[in-house]
Amino acid sequence: MPAKASRAAFGEALLDLGARDERIVTLDADLSKSTMTAKFARAYPSRAFNVGIAESTMIGMAAGLALTGRVPFACSFACFLIGRFETIRVSVAYTQAPVKLVGTHVGVAIGEDGYTQMGLEDIACIRSLPNIPIVQPADEIETKQAVAWAVEHPGPVYLRLTRQNLEPVHADGYRFRFGRAEVLRPGNDVSILASGGPLWNCLEAARRLAAEGVNAEVVNVATITPLDEETILGSAGKTGRVITVEDHGVNGGLGGAVAELLGEVMPTPLRRLGVTGFGESGDPKALYAKHGLDADGIARSVLKFLNR
Amino acid sequence: MATADLARLQQIARECRVQILRMLTHAGSGHPGGSLSVVDLLVTLYFNRMRYDPARPTWEDRDRLVLSKGHCVPAQYCCMAKAGFFPESQLITLRKLGSPLQGHPDRVMLPGIEAATGSLGQGLSIAAGMALGLKMAGKTARVYCIVGDGEIQEGQVWEAAMSAPKLGQPDHALDNLCVIVDYNGIQLDDHVKKILDIEPLVDKWKSFGWPVIDIDGHDIAQIDKALDQAEAIKGKPTFVVAHTVKGKGVSFMEDNPEWHGKAPKPAEAIRGIHEILGDPLPDWARAIVAELERLEKQ
Repeated sequence: MPAKASRAAFGEALLDLGARDERIVTLDADLSKSTMTAKFARAYPSRAFNVGIAESTMIGMAAGLALTGRVPFACSFACFLIGRFETIRVSVAYTQAPVKLVGTHVGVAIGEDGYTQMGLEDIACIRSLPNIPIVQPADEIETKQAVAWAVEHPGPVYLRLTRQNLEPVHADGYRFRFGRAEVLRPGNDVSILASGGPLWNCLEAARRLAAEGVNAEVVNVATITPLDEETILGSAGKTGRVITVEDHGVNGGLGGAVAELLGEVMPTPLRRLGVTGFGESGDPKALYAKHGLDADGIARSVLKFLNR
Repeated sequence: MATADLARLQQIARECRVQILRMLTHAGSGHPGGSLSVVDLLVTLYFNRMRYDPARPTWEDRDRLVLSKGHCVPAQYCCMAKAGFFPESQLITLRKLGSPLQGHPDRVMLPGIEAATGSLGQGLSIAAGMALGLKMAGKTARVYCIVGDGEIQEGQVWEAAMSAPKLGQPDHALDNLCVIVDYNGIQLDDHVKKILDIEPLVDKWKSFGWPVIDIDGHDIAQIDKALDQAEAIKGKPTFVVAHTVKGKGVSFMEDNPEWHGKAPKPAEAIRGIHEILGDPLPDWARAIVAELERLEKQ
């Protein structure tokens, strides 16, 4: 399978699922070409609503649609969704309206647009709310299955998607299982936990580390809320060293969630890789290199962590 | 409206006003001013307009009410109890630990509440989404949304105001949505005119594409007629400006910002009950007065 952005896979999945399920509707705030719901809107114009540049009311209207039997996907850049946190907090989470929130353009990987358009705090914000699972798929096949799962999930969902193309990390027969982390590459020396954009880089780093005699385990934590404690604790117990990698602010995201788990249940040496400070404009690859999220950076951090 | 119906609704409204004073006094906190101003609107909706079944609160064909000014939910609780959603004896559990009668409405804890509100500005968006969802499902149910006048200062209200008349057009126009503003003229800190005047309110909503109906929000016959008119308007949602008096029915609370968010003491509540019902009090009200007198001694 060729590399594909998870937002593109999402758009294709919606088009496919929408043909079979009349309940599916989309809501956009003038970014449907970017969130990739535009194809769905062309195919099913009476089920696609572009409310204008008005994310708060988009989220609220999605709640109302969800409470009257529709399956609404409310889509925007992750940062703009999270900017309407209070509406998500009350109209979606507390109301328990089964809205499917879709945040695209996550992380510094969006590149040239710069900080204002980068979703860097979305996991931290959504994770603080009861009742909203967070799923971050890493390639086309996982994204499509996560979208299909979200349609059937009876509660609200947050899907975290990328602008950039993602190399496949799964074989064709892969089955996404909500709430389950997946050991992509077994190893004994260190556990690398990641999902979404940087996951392929983690696998590449593991291959390079193998050449240096380090056998790294790579775990795909596609479901960030709720964490698969069993798999993560099992991996940490085996390797004794955990490093998290995410294209998100270094505080409060996957690394934060893993730190909370390990700190309370099984204190384990931990390093968190992520974005420090604000993002900035630049070439996406250069930004990944700057923040140590490329394969080289991840491998370097692992070697330093292991005192090699 | 027939005279007998009007008298029945006016009597329910008086009972609700008494119950509001009672439950807020027991709770020791809450919002009497706006609860008393919105009562006549809610009583008309619950007892002369809306289709619902307390035994089946999730009945798909029910009309929906979203009380966007969620702090005035005591008035809604009184109507819900009277309608049979829960026993009236439960009213005095308002704001107590474990009670489904939360300080602001909770959809999950109390069947019959359609959305969590209280963080102002959000209810209209939810109501518009519900109206659209009902249209798409081929339902004839209506959606009512009550907003506060101060609440209209929230930006999300104007996002929804701009969107709703266009949402769902042409197949699913939201003519099943009726928004009512409880225009009592006072918000938490002071009179709305002093904090941030929302005038010209009628012109603003008209310019956003809404038919607007201007009424006295304490005249039940006028409220009912306005809701008839709203139901007859096709192709657009309707906005009703209901002019009300904050604290309506209790002289010392009327048009007084001090009573936005302060519970009465038992003696104040008793004085209010006498004003609302006149003397001599009926037996049920005398029982409430006796209960409040006991509360004062505790």
